[in-house]
Amino acid sequence: MTGAPLMGGPYAHDNSSVRRTMGLVLLALTPATAYGLYLFGWQAVFLFSLTIGACVLFEALSLAIARKPIWPFVSDGSVILTGWLLAVSLPPWAPWWIGLVGGLLAVIVGKQIFGGLGQNVFNPAMVARVALLISFPLEMTRYTAPQPMFSATDPGIAESLSRFFFGGLDFDAVSSASLLGHVKTELSRGVGLGESLGSSYDPLSLSIGSVAGSMGETSALLIVLGGLFLIFKRIISWHIPVAMLGTLALLAAFFHLIDPVHYMGADVHLLSGAALLGAFFIATDPVTSPVTRKGQIVFGIGCGLLVYVIRTWGGYPEGVAFAVLLMNAMAPLIDRTMRPRVYGRTKKGAPIALEDKP
Amino acid sequence: MKLFKIRGGVHPEGRKRLSAHKEIEILPVPDLLHIPFRQHVGEPAEPVVQRGDRVLKGQVIAKAKGPVSAPVHAPTSGRVLAVGAFTAPHPSGLPARTIHILTDGKDEWGERMPVLDPDTASPAELAQRVADAGIVGMGGAAFPSSVKLNLGERYKLHTLVINGAECEPYLTCDDRVMRERPEQAIDGCRIMAKALGVEKVMIAIETNKPEAIETMTAAARNVAGMTVIGVPTRYPMGSEKHLVQTLTGKETPSGCLTADIGVVVHNVATACAVNEAVRRGKPLISRVVTISGGAIAKPRNIQVPIGVSIESVLEYCGGTTEKPARLMMGGPMMGQPVADPRSPMVKGCNGILALTLEETRQRPASACIRCGSCVQVCPCGLVPLDMAARIRNEEIDSAVEIGLTECLSCGSCNYVCPAHLPLVQYFNYGKGRIKAIAAEKRKQEETKRLAEARIVRLEEQMRAKKAMLAKRKAEAEARAKAKAEAEAAAAGNENAEAAPKSEAKPASNDNEKEEAQA
Amino acid sequence: MITAISALTVLGVVLGGLLGLAARYLRVEGNPLIGEIEEMLPGSQCGQCGYPGCSPAAEALAVGEAEVTLCPPGGRALAGALAAKLGIVIDLSALEEKLPAIAYVNEDLCIGCTRCFQKCPTDALLGAPKQVHTVIAEICTGCEECMNICPTECIEMLPLKPTVATWHWPKPEVKPGKAEPLAA
Repeated sequence: MTGAPLMGGPYAHDNSSVRRTMGLVLLALTPATAYGLYLFGWQAVFLFSLTIGACVLFEALSLAIARKPIWPFVSDGSVILTGWLLAVSLPPWAPWWIGLVGGLLAVIVGKQIFGGLGQNVFNPAMVARVALLISFPLEMTRYTAPQPMFSATDPGIAESLSRFFFGGLDFDAVSSASLLGHVKTELSRGVGLGESLGSSYDPLSLSIGSVAGSMGETSALLIVLGGLFLIFKRIISWHIPVAMLGTLALLAAFFHLIDPVHYMGADVHLLSGAALLGAFFIATDPVTSPVTRKGQIVFGIGCGLLVYVIRTWGGYPEGVAFAVLLMNAMAPLIDRTMRPRVYGRTKKGAPIALEDKP
Repeated sequence: MKLFKIRGGVHPEGRKRLSAHKEIEILPVPDLLHIPFRQHVGEPAEPVVQRGDRVLKGQVIAKAKGPVSAPVHAPTSGRVLAVGAFTAPHPSGLPARTIHILTDGKDEWGERMPVLDPDTASPAELAQRVADAGIVGMGGAAFPSSVKLNLGERYKLHTLVINGAECEPYLTCDDRVMRERPEQAIDGCRIMAKALGVEKVMIAIETNKPEAIETMTAAARNVAGMTVIGVPTRYPMGSEKHLVQTLTGKETPSGCLTADIGVVVHNVATACAVNEAVRRGKPLISRVVTISGGAIAKPRNIQVPIGVSIESVLEYCGGTTEKPARLMMGGPMMGQPVADPRSPMVKGCNGILALTLEETRQRPASACIRCGSCVQVCPCGLVPLDMAARIRNEEIDSAVEIGLTECLSCGSCNYVCPAHLPLVQYFNYGKGRIKAIAAEKRKQEETKRLAEARIVRLEEQMRAKKAMLAKRKAEAEARAKAKAEAEAAAAGNENAEAAPKSEAKPASNDNEKEEAQA
Repeated sequence: MITAISALTVLGVVLGGLLGLAARYLRVEGNPLIGEIEEMLPGSQCGQCGYPGCSPAAEALAVGEAEVTLCPPGGRALAGALAAKLGIVIDLSALEEKLPAIAYVNEDLCIGCTRCFQKCPTDALLGAPKQVHTVIAEICTGCEECMNICPTECIEMLPLKPTVATWHWPKPEVKPGKAEPLAA
């Protein structure tokens, strides 16, 4: 051996790596994202690319300032995943600077100032989304109905590019509130669910995704397929998605039973908004969620509860981002209090009692 | 038979196909043997030979020192070349005291120990024979087996478990021993059961060794109380506490031995050695090892004499096909790197592996992404990522609070970590620091005690000196008074006796000199 | 506006007054810290810290006059413990661990003057007048008192060599992205 520092064992490893993990998550996201990009046209493609590009750029910048190696961290896919998740949670026709500012907030404020990969407390994509939502409420709540590529209503590349950078879209003509937004507005006007949902709620189109919303909110089916793929590949476990969606569904069903006019049913809650994306891809982010299975269940339940509470009684129509951030804050506490039982010790940490002392 | 589940564990690729079908070969007697004094847990043995002595095969060359120790015997006949320091088979490559023997090729046996009949011998005699034969745990732990056999005196035991799990990848030595020498192994198990005073013997073999299970079951057929059990193939099934949990469902409490729950575990190769010692009077002077790995030309299982250098064994196996990325002693999960190929093979060494880089699947380390895989696989219910983070920040005490001392260093966490973090090295460093800090603390307390003792001693001296001076002064005064009285009396007689007054002075000079030397 | 200013001023005056009273009437006399610090120091009164003994060093540490890194025999462990006690944040990785050293008497040069073992705070030196002196290695703390007083300079400090029994795995250096240097 050379005079290199001694490296300890073990000297065997399975085939896991950070790059593989991130790569599989990106793979799972691809069908839903591709469909969303198709649905919302070239402007969405530009926003998607710019957001991811901005994230990569800011990551490289931060690593250079911190004098850490740039290529290993940029190429392992973690920042691309952050950018991807942020991009699919933005309104598809948001202007270019939303993507840029979002990238800056996600990478620098949400991740690098905490110390880089693995050190952040809050999910970086959600930090950026919430910050953008609060700072630029108009741009962040302007949704349009899908204008699929190559269809009659598709503006085409040139016009999309120009709208992306210079605006100029007559939003009033094409804007269309997302389902949750519409319901909330109507409720505040006193219009019951029967009317507001009746016209716009179509479970099939929600599942397939041809409704207004951000790219990640639309195709429920493809998101669930992607999530199941990840569970099958053991990248994520079923605990957080099941706990989160289960809690959300239970609460929704319960209140819907009591008062169907003012409370949406479980199916609406699950299929609309970012509940499914949040459950499979956002709340399961390993860095910001608890490490033990029991802890993950508590985390999932908390997320589901907060999503329902914010959606129903909170000021915003969509609560997944806030719910995830609030539970991220709880995750260290969950980790500290819910540890597995050590072999040979009781839950409290004392050695287990010998039955028969010699 | 009902088996119980253990938490965690991993399924590394066995890679036993490289050597599992190779029958045990006997290594030809090498020219040179280097036998370390300490090949076991406990006090090093003390040499009883010196340079130039002629030794015969099986002769005691170092005797056990203290209750937890084992003697060392000459593996073959020859002449003692030197007794000194030599590189130890240790990752540090630091020297250890070693006896070097130049073999004469005659392989001449010395006087063997008398044959014992386990049916008539007492447990104490059997345990003593095991001690005299220098037998230590041959699964790698190298704990003196006689100490473990004497546990029957202090603990209420009911079961002897024979560990034939061999859960580490590549290693097949125990497998071959069970396939080729099952009667010896079973007999050894019987002897150990007698020594321990237990009726029940469970021989645990992982299910990836079906031939071994077959041969051992056949050999154990007519032995009362003995069963051969196939345990699930899962690393670390060979860990003593987890094997006992699989077989009995009972967890060994933290800080206790398996003996506290009535079970003692011995390795199957140890059982064979016990059989040799009791039935044939032969001490432990050789063992079966597996030489394997992608970089070995001819992987095989060999019976080697204790003390043969690793490089000569590798040569016998055709050498290495390429420069190995890792050369190590033991399995890939818990084995130790070999610092110097000239170092000798010892009693606890069960394999030498020469691995290529592809086999180790090593990648550059990244940052911990808190994925929790390590938590899922830890057989001891610990949170490795948390412990490693605390050790990295030098908060060793807080790592102990969350269970660092319970860690087996099995390596399951390291095996699955996507970031390829050196978790086990953090834990070994942490455990090493705890030992070092305890040693420093002991030294500090000793120093304080000695410094205070010294001050007390100096004060004592001062006091003694003062008392002496006062005494002498009193004596001088008494003498002067007596003299004055005598003179007064003599003045009356006009016969003045000149009493030698100068006596007092030389005496006091001697006293001062004595004090200065103290 | 006036109410705000007056409210804050009154608050400031009242709280400041309370603090002043506390400083005068609730002050803690003496410093039990000194005794605790002295317990932590090795106690061999070797003087390598520059103070004439462990007691004065403890006093200096308690008032913050001395650095927590003052004690070479205590090494990094002691510096860390003192920093924790005094609530000081210290970067221990910069501290060079002075290798523990043991005194060694060169027997060819020793004249048997007995000065060294009279000085040794732990009686680690053995000897008699006109006889060669020697060091009992397990007790020696490396304080260098004997070396300083030896008239023939026959004592030197040799670093303690690690043995297989005292060796432990070094802390892994994880540099993200850089592969471990292998022999390959």
